[in-house]
Amino acid sequence: MENIDINQLLSIAVFGAAVGLILIGLYAVLIKKHLIKIVIGLSIIDAGIHLLFIAIGYINGGTSPIFSEKGISLVNEGVKMVDPVPQALVLTAIVIGFGVTAVALSLVIRLYRHHQTARIDQIKTLKW
Amino acid sequence: MVLFTIAIIILAVILLAVAVYAVMQKDLLFATIATGIISLILSVMFFLLQAPDVALTEAAIGIALTTIIFVITIRNTSRREDEVRITEESQAAEIDKKIKAKI
Amino acid sequence: MKKVLVLLLLVVVGYSLYVPLSQIEFGADRMGSIENPTTVGAYYLSKTPSELSVANVITAIVVNYRGFDTLGEVSVLFLAATGIGSILYRRRKEGEHSETISKPSSQLLQAGAKLIYPAILVLGAYVFIHGHLTPGGGFQGGAIIATGFLLMMMSYKDFHMNHTVLTWVESLAGITFVGVGIGGLIVGTTFLENFMPVGTLNDLFSGGIIPIIYVAVGFKVAAELAGVLDTLLSIKEN
Repeated sequence: MENIDINQLLSIAVFGAAVGLILIGLYAVLIKKHLIKIVIGLSIIDAGIHLLFIAIGYINGGTSPIFSEKGISLVNEGVKMVDPVPQALVLTAIVIGFGVTAVALSLVIRLYRHHQTARIDQIKTLKW
Repeated sequence: MVLFTIAIIILAVILLAVAVYAVMQKDLLFATIATGIISLILSVMFFLLQAPDVALTEAAIGIALTTIIFVITIRNTSRREDEVRITEESQAAEIDKKIKAKI
Repeated sequence: MKKVLVLLLLVVVGYSLYVPLSQIEFGADRMGSIENPTTVGAYYLSKTPSELSVANVITAIVVNYRGFDTLGEVSVLFLAATGIGSILYRRRKEGEHSETISKPSSQLLQAGAKLIYPAILVLGAYVFIHGHLTPGGGFQGGAIIATGFLLMMMSYKDFHMNHTVLTWVESLAGITFVGVGIGGLIVGTTFLENFMPVGTLNDLFSGGIIPIIYVAVGFKVAAELAGVLDTLLSIKEN
C-alpha cells in the first residue's frame, strides 16, 4: 500500500470526473425525452469539458498565474505557475455557455406555449 | 499533497454522484438544484486546481444565473419529466373508461 | 434497443477520450521555463509583468493578447440577449401590465433584499475595477451585479429594469471597447494595441487600456444579463 502513486490517483480522479461528466451528459442528451432534461445534459457536458481543460493546464506545485512584487522574484528563483491559457479559454467558454443555455431554454418555453408539452415524443406535428 | 489528493478524490466522487442524480431525477426542480450543486463543486475544484478566476466565474454564472433561468423555465412549462399532455382525445378516453367501469 | 446502442456509443466515446488522456501525465510541467519561453503560456507569463504591468495574467490574456476574441464574446452575449427577446416576444393587450412575480414576497425577504442589494452592487463593481490586480474581472463582476438586480426583481413586484437605460449603458460600453481598439489602430499599429502608459505593477491605474476595457465589459455584461433576466421573468404565467 505504501507505494501507491499519488499522482496516478489524482490523475484518475480529475480526468475520470471530467470524462464521467461528459459521458453522463451525453447519455442524458441521447436518452431523455424531456427538453429541459436535454438542456441539463448539455450544461453537464459543458461542465465536464471545462474541468478537462483546467486539469490539463495544471502543474504540480504551481501557483495561480497572478503576480505580486514578491511573486516575480519567486518566479525568477524557479517557482512554477500553472498554464494561464486554458484558464482564459474556459473563462470565455463559461460565459458563452450561459448564453447558449438561455437561448435554448427560451426556445423550450416557446415550444411549450405552442404544443402544451415539452416532451419530444408527444410533439407530433413537425411545423409550428 | 496527500490532503489535496483526498479532497480532490472526495469532490470527484460527489460530483459524479450528483450528476447521475441530476440525470435520473424525475422531478425537474430537484434536477435543476442538482445542476447548481454540480457547479458549486466544480467551482471548489477549480479553486483547488489554482484557477481562482474561473472559480469566480463559475460561482457567479453557473450557480446563480443558470439555476435561476432553469427555475423560470420550469415555472413556465411543467415540473414533472413524465407528465402527459391532456388532449381532447385522451380526455374522452378517460371518460369512456370511467363510464365502462361504472357499468 | 436504443439504450443498448447509446451505451455502445458511450463506451466508444469514453475509450476514445481515455486513450489520449492516458498519455497525459497529470501535473507534469509541459510549459517549459519562463525565462526562455517555448510555449505560448510561458511567453504570456514572461511578458505580462514587464510589458503590460498587469498582475493578473489571465486578465492580460483575455483583454489584451486575445482582446479581439473577447469583443466577439460580448457580441455573442448581446446576440443571445436579443434572440431571447425576439423569441419570447408577445404583443401586450391594452392596459396589460407585465408582472415579474405573481405573489408579493414576504416582509423578511423584502427587507433583507433592500439591505443586501447595495452591498452586492459594490462587490460587483469592486470585482471588475480590480480585475487586473486580483482574481475577477468584467464578466464576473457583471454577473454579480446582475445577481443583485435579480434579487430585487424577485422580491419586489414593481421593480423593473428600465430597458432604455440598459440599452444606453450597453451601447456606450460597446462603443468604449471598440473606440479604445480603434485608438490603438490610430496611435500604434494594430487594433486593440496597448497605447497608454502602463504604470507600475500592482497599482490601481496600471496596465494601460486593460482596466478601461474591463470596466466597459463589466457594464456591458451586467446590462445584458439583467436584460435577459428581466425578459425571462416578465413572461406571463400560463
